[in-house]
Amino acid sequence: MNYPVRQKSFKPPKVLADYPVGTAFPAGHLVETNASWRSHRPVIDAAKCTNCRICWLLCPDGVIHNSTPQGLEIDYDYCKGCGICAKECRQKAIRMENEGV
Amino acid sequence: MIPAQKAFLSGNEAVAAGVRLARPHVIAAYPITPQTTVIERLAEMVEDDSLKAEYLHVESEHSALSACIGASAVGARTFTATSSQGLLYMAECLHYASGGRFPVVMMNANRSLALPWNIYGDQRDSLSLLDCGWIQVYAEDAQESLDLIIHGYAIAEDPHVLTPFMINLDGFLITHTYELLNLPTQEDVDVFLPPFRTVNKMDLDHPMSLAFTAGPAYNQSFKQLQHQAMMSASKVIFETEERFGQLFGRHYPGLIETIHCDDAEFILVTLGSVAGTVRPVVEKLRSLGERVGLVRIRYMRPFPDTEISTALAGAKSVGVLEKDISFGYEGTVFTNVNSALMRAKVLPPRLLNFVGGLGGKDISATDIERLFLRLKSPDDGETVAFI
Repeated sequence: MNYPVRQKSFKPPKVLADYPVGTAFPAGHLVETNASWRSHRPVIDAAKCTNCRICWLLCPDGVIHNSTPQGLEIDYDYCKGCGICAKECRQKAIRMENEGV
Repeated sequence: MIPAQKAFLSGNEAVAAGVRLARPHVIAAYPITPQTTVIERLAEMVEDDSLKAEYLHVESEHSALSACIGASAVGARTFTATSSQGLLYMAECLHYASGGRFPVVMMNANRSLALPWNIYGDQRDSLSLLDCGWIQVYAEDAQESLDLIIHGYAIAEDPHVLTPFMINLDGFLITHTYELLNLPTQEDVDVFLPPFRTVNKMDLDHPMSLAFTAGPAYNQSFKQLQHQAMMSASKVIFETEERFGQLFGRHYPGLIETIHCDDAEFILVTLGSVAGTVRPVVEKLRSLGERVGLVRIRYMRPFPDTEISTALAGAKSVGVLEKDISFGYEGTVFTNVNSALMRAKVLPPRLLNFVGGLGGKDISATDIERLFLRLKSPDDGETVAFI
C-alpha cells in the first residue's frame, strides 16, 4: 500500500507549550485508527474478484486501495464495516465476516 | 520626521485614514448605518489607488469576516467594519477568528439592537459579545479612533497576542462628528508598524493543516492558550502606547484613564463618547469644591480589574454609567467592575449602576450632574437605575 500510514511515533501534546499557535500544524499525519465500532469486516475473495473497482469507487471512507500489484486491498484501520462494498460487488467477491469477540 | 498634518474628519473618516496608513492587504465589508462612510471612504481610496488593497464587495457581514479570516490565514493584513445587527450576524465568525488566532482588525459602530428598530447608538451590540475572544476597546473621539487603528494592528499582530481587535466607536456621536485632528505621516506609521509576519498561515513551501479539529482531550488547551494570549495583551497594549507616544507625541493612559481619582469621594465609571460629557462636569464640580472623579474604561477585554480597583479604592460612592443592560440582572460593565472590586476586596460603601443612552437616548451634562448628586445622596436601595 502506498497510501499514508499511521504515524505510531506521534507524541500527543502534554503541556501547553507543546501546542501550536492557533490551528495550524504540519499536515499529512494519520495518528489514530478509526474503526473501533466495526462488527463485520469485508473480505475480498481474490479468486472471484475481477478488479472492476466498483467497491473502490463506492467506499464512502476511501479505505479500499487499488494501488497494490495483487489488486484491491482494504485498510482495516479505517474501515467502518458498513458493507456497501459487499452489497455492490457484482461478482459477490466480498463477504462480511463477523469480527467475533 | 515630517510634521503630521491637520485634518478635519469625522470619526468614520478618521478610521478610514488610519486604515490606509496601516496598509492592509485585504478589506472586506458590508455597509450598515452608522458604519457606512468608513467603507465608502476606503472604497474611494482603493479606487483612486492611494490604498493598494484588495477590496471585496461581499453579500453579508458573515461573509465579510469570513473573507478576512481566509485572507489572514495566508498572512494578509485585513480590515473590516460593521455595526449592530451586522456584528451579531458575524457572531460565529468572531469565534473562528479568535480561535484561529487571526489578528483581524475591525471597527464596530456601536448601535442599538432591534426590536424596536433603531439606528442610534448604544453599546449592547459589542458588550453582548465580550466572550468571543476579541480584544475590545472603546474610543472617546475621532483622534483616538484613528490612533487605535494603528495601535490595533501592532497589538493584534504581536506574536504573544495574535488575537483579533475590535475598536468601538459610539454610533453617530463619534462616527459622524467632525473634529480637527492630527494625521500621522505614512513614513512615521511605516516605522511604527512593520509588515505583518506570522507562522500561523498557509505556506506552500511548508504545508500545514489549517483550522483543524481538536477533540475533548485537546480542545480546552487551545482555549487556555487563547486566554493566556489575551491576558498578555495588557502588557503589549502598554508597550505599544509608550512607543506610539514617543514617535507621535500623543500619549494614551493604558487600559483605563483616571481623572481626579486620587482624592475623589464620588466617582463615575464609564466608557466611550459619554466620557467626553463627564469631563467638563467633573471639572465644574471640582471648581465648586466637590471631590468627584472619572474612570474611563478604554479596554473591556482584556479587562483592567487591578487598574479599576486601585482607582476606586478610596471612593465613598461609585456609579457605573453604561449604554447596556443584561436583561434580568444589570449592565455588563457593572458586573465586570463589581467582580474586579470583589477580587481586590475593595468594597465602596455605595455602588450604583446607571443604565442610559439606550437607542441613542441623549445623556446631557445636566444628567451627569444629577448622577453625581445621586451618588452623594443617601442610599435608596436601588442598584440599577435607568437614567
